Amino acid sequence: MILFLALITGILTTVGIFLILRRSLVKVILGLAFLGHAANMLIFTIGRITKGKAAFVPEGSLSPFEPFADPLPQALILTAIVIGFGVQAFLIVLFKQNYKSLKSDDLDNMNTTDML
Amino acid sequence: MMNILILLPLVIPFFGAVLTLFFREKITVQRTVFSVSSGLVFIVSLFLLDHVFTSGVFSVQIGGWKAPFGITFVVDKLSAIMISISGLMAFSTSIYSFGSIDAEREKFGFYTLLSTLFVGINGSFLTGDLFNLYVWFEVMLMSSFVLIALGGTKPQLEGAVKYVTLNLISSLFFLVAVGILYGIVGTLNMADLAVKIKTHQDPWLITTVALMFIIAFGIKSAMFPLFFWLPASYHTPPAVISAVFAGMLTKVGVYAMIRVFTLIFTNNPEVTNGVLIVLAGATMLVGVLGAAAQNDIRRILSFHIVSQIGYMIMGLALASPLAIAGAVFYIIHHIIVKTNLFLIGGIVNEIKGTFALNKLGGIYKAYPLLGLLFLIPALSLAGIPPLSGFWAKFSLVKAGFEAEAWFITGLSLFVSILTLFSMIKIWNEVFWKDLPEDVENIDKFSGFSTAKKRFLFIPVIILAVCTLIIGFFTAPFLMLPQVPHPNW
Repeated sequence: MILFLALITGILTTVGIFLILRRSLVKVILGLAFLGHAANMLIFTIGRITKGKAAFVPEGSLSPFEPFADPLPQALILTAIVIGFGVQAFLIVLFKQNYKSLKSDDLDNMNTTDML
Repeated sequence: MMNILILLPLVIPFFGAVLTLFFREKITVQRTVFSVSSGLVFIVSLFLLDHVFTSGVFSVQIGGWKAPFGITFVVDKLSAIMISISGLMAFSTSIYSFGSIDAEREKFGFYTLLSTLFVGINGSFLTGDLFNLYVWFEVMLMSSFVLIALGGTKPQLEGAVKYVTLNLISSLFFLVAVGILYGIVGTLNMADLAVKIKTHQDPWLITTVALMFIIAFGIKSAMFPLFFWLPASYHTPPAVISAVFAGMLTKVGVYAMIRVFTLIFTNNPEVTNGVLIVLAGATMLVGVLGAAAQNDIRRILSFHIVSQIGYMIMGLALASPLAIAGAVFYIIHHIIVKTNLFLIGGIVNEIKGTFALNKLGGIYKAYPLLGLLFLIPALSLAGIPPLSGFWAKFSLVKAGFEAEAWFITGLSLFVSILTLFSMIKIWNEVFWKDLPEDVENIDKFSGFSTAKKRFLFIPVIILAVCTLIIGFFTAPFLMLPQVPHPNW
């Protein structure tokens, strides 16, 4: 299972990096989204996966029975997903506005702010 | 009582932001709310400073969850100083924006965004938890994304695309590094991490993560070779937004780096400090050479931010107590001076309608006070005694000689000369030379209302006085943060 998830993380990262190196802005958005998912998968995988053992404390005891799934990576991922969602919504609007004013989504045309 | 005090730098601007949302059309109310809230944060931060220096570090566990399980907020000397500087910056830029930001941007939530920006900045300074630091970074970044694009002019949008994309990649690096660190060590509380990493059986694994943090914070703080978003975007928004960004944002990255590398990743200093010192040298040199090629006030100043970041990283990499104290003093000095230079550039633009050096001239003849106000931060940035920049550089150079790091120290002195060259270039071109004959003489100053003149000049004078104060009474500021190792 861990091997599978690690492979998935690797594939998502590869796709993400490939896409952010494209010249089209739409592909850059998609690439950033893929990289975000790859980061979340990585945190999930590295947080030690435990199958079918939720971290519930049984009645009459003070801590859950070992081994149990660590809930913290899931909390981190949840936070990261929410933040990523907001950021992507903003990105789409920003890139759309940029496309409107520039009439092009080619990154090669976006070098006017770098001119001397 | 202290528990509430420690949260006030977050709560006050947050409520300010919410309050300004209710008064979208009433600019005067928004202005009052923002300047009062930032003034209050500054006053609170003085109480925090006083408390930290009399009775030491103190912390709050949010929601009553004990450390290392809950989120901890900590105030030590370093974070108290940073909070007070950010309060001062918020207050002075608020006054300046009354005179310079157009009504359209104000109605579109300029003050709300500025408030949330400072919530994010203050949160980054206060938190004692690595993942929480990521969240505050995102709060800060989100507000800065909107601020840099606010107004929607073509160069702004183009700059924003570069700024947003590269900063998002840095956030991803940060997130991944935090995740891996949790997988290895099993905690994210900074103090707990410091203890557990010391006894970890595989120091090289930890060092690998440390290098990922260098990349993440390196993009945020515009370190060589990751700084390209900064000169591509910082000159596009209105001067006051540039000034806040130039002063505060990259320094939050440097602060995070100082925090992480003095507290957490101390197990393999030869590697991390070795990498940092090489990058510091390259950052200094490349930044200042980039500035030499520019012909626009804001672009020159943007490249100088990069160059100065190198000095702060150099202090961190030398890692002796004097060097760290020097780096922190450098941050204080640089925030004040750089913000002030951008504000003065903004005044020049308000008067003449341009930032381009070849279309400017004769400002000193017409406005000697403005020329004098420019000289104070400019010479301070270059490190002319007895201004604040001299003491910042002096302590770093002294630490460099003590550590026998001859090359980096020599390089830092050489870069100072080039910095002086750049500042003199702005002085010659904008203030000293006569206006070129083929350029039409525009002078909007007589059209300014008295209120606008006051709004523009008062913050510049406040910041210039602050530069002089920390220049002439350096000792307390330099000794302040000498031990940034909190034991909470």
